[in-house]
Amino acid sequence: MNSIEIRERLSALRNSARVAADSTVSDELVESRYRRAEAIAGHVLHHDKRARGLSWDDWADRIATNRFWGVLSMLLCLAVILWTTIAGANVPSALLADGLFWVEGQLSRLFVWAGSPEWLHGFMILGVYRGLAWVVSVMLPPMAIFFPLFTFLEDLGYLPRVAFNLDRLFQKAGAHGKQALTMAMGFGCNAAGIVACRIIDSPRERMLAILTNNFVPCNGRWPTLIAMSTLFIGAAVVTGQTAIAALALVALVLFGVFVTLSVSWALSKTMLRGVPSSFALELPPFRRPNFGRIFVRALVDRTLRVLWRAIIVAAPAGGVTWILANVYVGDTALLYHASNALDGFGRAIGLDGIILMAFLLGLPANEIVLPIMIMGYLSGGAMMELDSMEALRELLVVQHGWTWLTAVSVMLFSLLHYPCGTTIYTIYKETKSVKWTVISAIMPLAIAIGVCFVVAQAVRGLGLV
Amino acid sequence: MGAAISISGVQAGGDNSVRVSIRTDAATVALAGNPNVGKTSVFNALTGLRQHTGNWPGKTVERAQGIFTQGSHSYVVVDLPGAYSLSPRSAEEEVARDFICFAQPEVTVVVVDATALERNLNLALQVSEVTPRMVVCVNLIDEAKRKGYSVDAPGLSLDLGVPVVATVARAYRGIDELKNVIDKTARGEIRPNPRPIEYGPEIETEVARLVGELAGIVADRLPTRWVALRLLEGDEDTLQKIAEFLGDPAFTNNVPRLLEV
Repeated sequence: MNSIEIRERLSALRNSARVAADSTVSDELVESRYRRAEAIAGHVLHHDKRARGLSWDDWADRIATNRFWGVLSMLLCLAVILWTTIAGANVPSALLADGLFWVEGQLSRLFVWAGSPEWLHGFMILGVYRGLAWVVSVMLPPMAIFFPLFTFLEDLGYLPRVAFNLDRLFQKAGAHGKQALTMAMGFGCNAAGIVACRIIDSPRERMLAILTNNFVPCNGRWPTLIAMSTLFIGAAVVTGQTAIAALALVALVLFGVFVTLSVSWALSKTMLRGVPSSFALELPPFRRPNFGRIFVRALVDRTLRVLWRAIIVAAPAGGVTWILANVYVGDTALLYHASNALDGFGRAIGLDGIILMAFLLGLPANEIVLPIMIMGYLSGGAMMELDSMEALRELLVVQHGWTWLTAVSVMLFSLLHYPCGTTIYTIYKETKSVKWTVISAIMPLAIAIGVCFVVAQAVRGLGLV
Repeated sequence: MGAAISISGVQAGGDNSVRVSIRTDAATVALAGNPNVGKTSVFNALTGLRQHTGNWPGKTVERAQGIFTQGSHSYVVVDLPGAYSLSPRSAEEEVARDFICFAQPEVTVVVVDATALERNLNLALQVSEVTPRMVVCVNLIDEAKRKGYSVDAPGLSLDLGVPVVATVARAYRGIDELKNVIDKTARGEIRPNPRPIEYGPEIETEVARLVGELAGIVADRLPTRWVALRLLEGDEDTLQKIAEFLGDPAFTNNVPRLLEV
């Protein structure tokens, strides 16, 4: 007998059966099994009456998954992490900058002593080295604090609770509750988040999750966002600078979640129509994290990898940017020909030509957007000795006309723009669809431009800057 | 102990770098269980491999495989994705169902979480209807103890009719005994005799009749009672798989096809 004949014989047998409709049989089977399981468990599971009624993790779970306290504690958690990151990063950032620029001085002397030509000194020291120094001192300290804290929460088992709390919202947006989980993964790395979307079975809901994963900031974007918030939003107030900078970031993340939900909702009403399917999400117990492993994973897998990716691109980019800024066509450097062309459009959405160029050149990896931006500004022949974060802020404000609106626009654009090259490639691998891959890049870009345009025009129209 | 799969090289991970070769002396051991009960920890403890474990339900999306030896016998351990039931509602559950029911491993170890025993037993009871060659591994007994619970493993073994081993896989506690019990079960020194679940007179009458009718179709390739129950339940997806399995005499020997991810 082949499969088809067997299938027919089975169906015939099924039809001959004298029992009620299929679904009730299935329910009866499940019930009988559970009755049996209950009986066995009652028989072999002994509870020590002296044990406390609820242990600490039961209490923790009651709070972490409560409708009201759950959401509140989630926001609080995020705020505390960001505050710790910003507060903790200030001092080491300044120390690193001091140290690295002292080395720059020594290197310069070495070049002079060796009688090297002016252009070589410019390219190596003012281009490559200075670019690297800024990348390291701006990005390393926040990452070294943020990533271990994030890994701690992951190991503790907190992320599924976040998914649990957000489940209802995703359901309302027509998306799968597990999308909250893939979104949480996206905070680490969007490409990883996209792969994680495999846990969603319905192709429609999986596509929603893939298309919206970009709207949470990944490892590569956190340093830019943290730097912007610290330098411009925190610094704009007199007291509680760190707290304000942290709150601004919390607001930005919330906005990202809001965009995720809105886009999911809009897509599920148009291109990806359908009803959300149900699923079971088991909350793992809170487990005591292994601190050694956290340290290694956060520093080696995350911090150093992100920094390395930034450095290997930033070093040549620093050199190239220096060349572009010092090779003149007519009376303007090449760099400024390019950035001038983008400037008008950039300003309409609250940015400028250099920033826009940094985002374009930063397509391969989000880590390098900020470095390219800084180099674009620094290499303009302005031989300014920068010795602190404050000096960097002054440079941007005084020489390049930045305002708090510029910083907000950079943050919004960074949050929304498009997934990095690696993520786009991953989306293609996962969906096997050119159409959806293109949509996954174009749609966020349109949203980013739209949001930044509206914000910039509104702020200027109201005369706030 | 029919043809089984062993892995040459050591590691089979999510990176698809699996090298599969046929060896006739190694039996296959499947690790099944609800999500997040520490299957991967049990797997690592058994095989000495270092699969990435994580406090996430659904960490193991694809299967991982490794080897352990007990005495002169080698066993290929397959770490299956988490499943609540053998009536799949997700792709992961389907992978687990297909492997346990149709790849017919020599031994199926159902890992259960001691802190959620009742819910976890549902899967163990379902597996016991598919294969008598099973072992229940009650994991996380340390966490249960912390919450004031203790599990009577010999009692559970009597109730289920299959061997039960209590473990704390992360600390390697109970792993030697688990290896020993798996080995004895595979070699027939232990013959588990799962106690059938009673489904009430109406269903049982039909099952008895269908079992007679099915004998000629199913022969000894699948448990007829299990097939009869799926028929009554009208589980279309599983019935289709059963028909494909029965229609293809090479299906069981064709384990590599099921093993390759």
